Amino acid sequence: MKVTVTHPYVAALLTGSGELPKSPAAWLDARRAAALERANALSVPTTRDEEWRFTDLTPLTKLQVQPVAAAVKVSATDIAAHVVPEAAMRLVFVDGVPAPELAQQGALPAGVTVIALSDAIKSHAALIEPHLAKLAGAEQELFTALNTAFLQHGVFIHLAKNAQLKAPIHLLFVAAGNGVAVYPRCLIVAESGAEACVIEDYVALGDEAYLTNAVTEIAVAPNASLRHIKLQRESQKAFHISNCAVTLAKDARFQSHAVTLGARLSRINLNIDQQGEGVNVEIDGLALIGGRQTADTHTLVDHAKAHGICKQTHKTIVGGAGHAVFNGKVFVREGAQLTDSSQQSRNLLLSDKARVDTKPQLEIYADDVKCAHGAAVGQLDAEHLFYLKSRGLPEAQARNLLTYAFGAEIIDHIPVPSLVDALEKLVMARTEASL
Amino acid sequence: MINSNAKTILEVRNLTATVAGVDILKGINLTVRAGEVHAIMGPNGSGKSTFSKVLAGHPAYEVKGGEVLFEGKDLFTLAADERARAGVFLGFQYPVEIPGVSNSAFLRLAYNTVQGGRGKDELDPLEFDDLVREKMKLLEMNPEFLSRSVNDGFSGGEKKRNEILQMALLEPKLSLLDETDSGLDIDALRVVAGGVNKLLTSDNACVLVTHYQRLLNYITPDYVHVMSAGRIIKSGDKSLALELESRGYDWLLDDKKAAKKAAA
Repeated sequence: MKVTVTHPYVAALLTGSGELPKSPAAWLDARRAAALERANALSVPTTRDEEWRFTDLTPLTKLQVQPVAAAVKVSATDIAAHVVPEAAMRLVFVDGVPAPELAQQGALPAGVTVIALSDAIKSHAALIEPHLAKLAGAEQELFTALNTAFLQHGVFIHLAKNAQLKAPIHLLFVAAGNGVAVYPRCLIVAESGAEACVIEDYVALGDEAYLTNAVTEIAVAPNASLRHIKLQRESQKAFHISNCAVTLAKDARFQSHAVTLGARLSRINLNIDQQGEGVNVEIDGLALIGGRQTADTHTLVDHAKAHGICKQTHKTIVGGAGHAVFNGKVFVREGAQLTDSSQQSRNLLLSDKARVDTKPQLEIYADDVKCAHGAAVGQLDAEHLFYLKSRGLPEAQARNLLTYAFGAEIIDHIPVPSLVDALEKLVMARTEASL
Repeated sequence: MINSNAKTILEVRNLTATVAGVDILKGINLTVRAGEVHAIMGPNGSGKSTFSKVLAGHPAYEVKGGEVLFEGKDLFTLAADERARAGVFLGFQYPVEIPGVSNSAFLRLAYNTVQGGRGKDELDPLEFDDLVREKMKLLEMNPEFLSRSVNDGFSGGEKKRNEILQMALLEPKLSLLDETDSGLDIDALRVVAGGVNKLLTSDNACVLVTHYQRLLNYITPDYVHVMSAGRIIKSGDKSLALELESRGYDWLLDDKKAAKKAAA
């Protein structure tokens, strides 16, 4: 008989998971139950686990968190600073609970559906069932298992065949409560030829300690195109763990922009599964941290089919006693000929105590491919500093400008001007405050 | 233009400096007055680029001895940025590229910082735009260079024009132009040199560091100095540059060796 030993912290996290209301779909209840069972069997990873070698979750296990009992009241004024004027529509969640009064419903083109997941399970079950809790594997991933076990609120975005939405869809996740565990879930399904841009935006109103454990699943059908912008601006005491799983069919296009600024400790897992030939992927990442922050990004690009193109740039700026981690796996499977995959990890250390662990990891089983990777860790370039000082800029100002410029390369790629503006101001303010 | 009554801008006395423990400058003496153009020539490795970087405050170079007075004040008490605000300008041989910082934002920041340091009014973006576009005409620069990142992907000639554009904006008292002519085709050289000529007045001074005489066809020096092994070994007027062009540097170095031998 198999004995399941529950890790005490996992047990604490799972408190209340059994009290979730039954969903209208039996298959969903079954998936939640299976995830709950997996979560029970898994432990909180330690630095002895290869996937968590550089990130110690001990601080998280000292934080007592509970599912949200009653959502904190948040007003439109509270979130005014986070409004994205370019967005076609906005859905808002406060501590993971839908806040329809803060949403902004736009006139969406035919074939574009953006609704709360809890509603979608009733109205769009047939579209959801093939993907939800299927794309993001929970077998070995405790946090995905936990998220699925608590699966209740989130967003479902469906883009019907050839449906196109130029303006971004803004999903705003607002943290307001203290000591809460929040489990946002997003499912994005783009049918063939469809195109859209989704902003997944995590912000905090105060300086509370809480856990955001988010899972996003994205299925991009043949010749469809999805841009995913993920902004993490959680409170400096928060923990943010997110798993994003993407499947790409033939000739699909996926662009990811991830900017990490907040949280005491954050971990992003981005898994991209190339299931058809000829996909085109761009992955941009930026983490700017200081103090005692940890920002860990793990990406996996699995070229299982031929003719895949992937361009990845991950940058970190680390001040104070901050610690950035990057692990970039690229698999090129047997038969995935003519893959063109490149990865750059560039890291800027601003202080003696700042630390970066970066690990490109290429595994190539095909013989006719182009793969490149590079990792660089350094400080600000002395010649650049001298150039700016020779133009009259004081040392501190010259340093800030160069630090900002290092990050701007990633931020400037985001095709939403108001976000670029807001992020640049934020980066400038953070660098001026010496992180 | 030589005027022996003009105010002294730069006074260098027996300057010695090292980089990474190696002696590069071994006793430089030079006086530059307002209105003057000095050319410093010499073979590769003679120390002429080092001289300009030491004056501008490059951190890799360590001053070991001697003194430098800028408008009568000890230059070495000032940090590099303070020297810039006081009116020292270095035109770089290899201007650095700074992706992510727009050229217009950089130019305005530099302009306003220097203006502020001199107690003058700063300009808002619109006012500055008018000013910089005016100055760009001087260098026949396309305004599109404003929206690009600083020197990012600029050709050699475009980088040098951008250097002289900064000189035009910052209005230095002393311009040290390090190999401004290197890598320029003849048209670019004509434009860049023409820009420098328009910026020279009886109130400021210019030190041209160059390997070739070609630049001096466009910017006429009042004095030509030849550097070798960290010292100025010969000074003269513009005819010295022509002589160097036709005879090379070897005869001077041979003369020096012969003199050394005779002295021994």
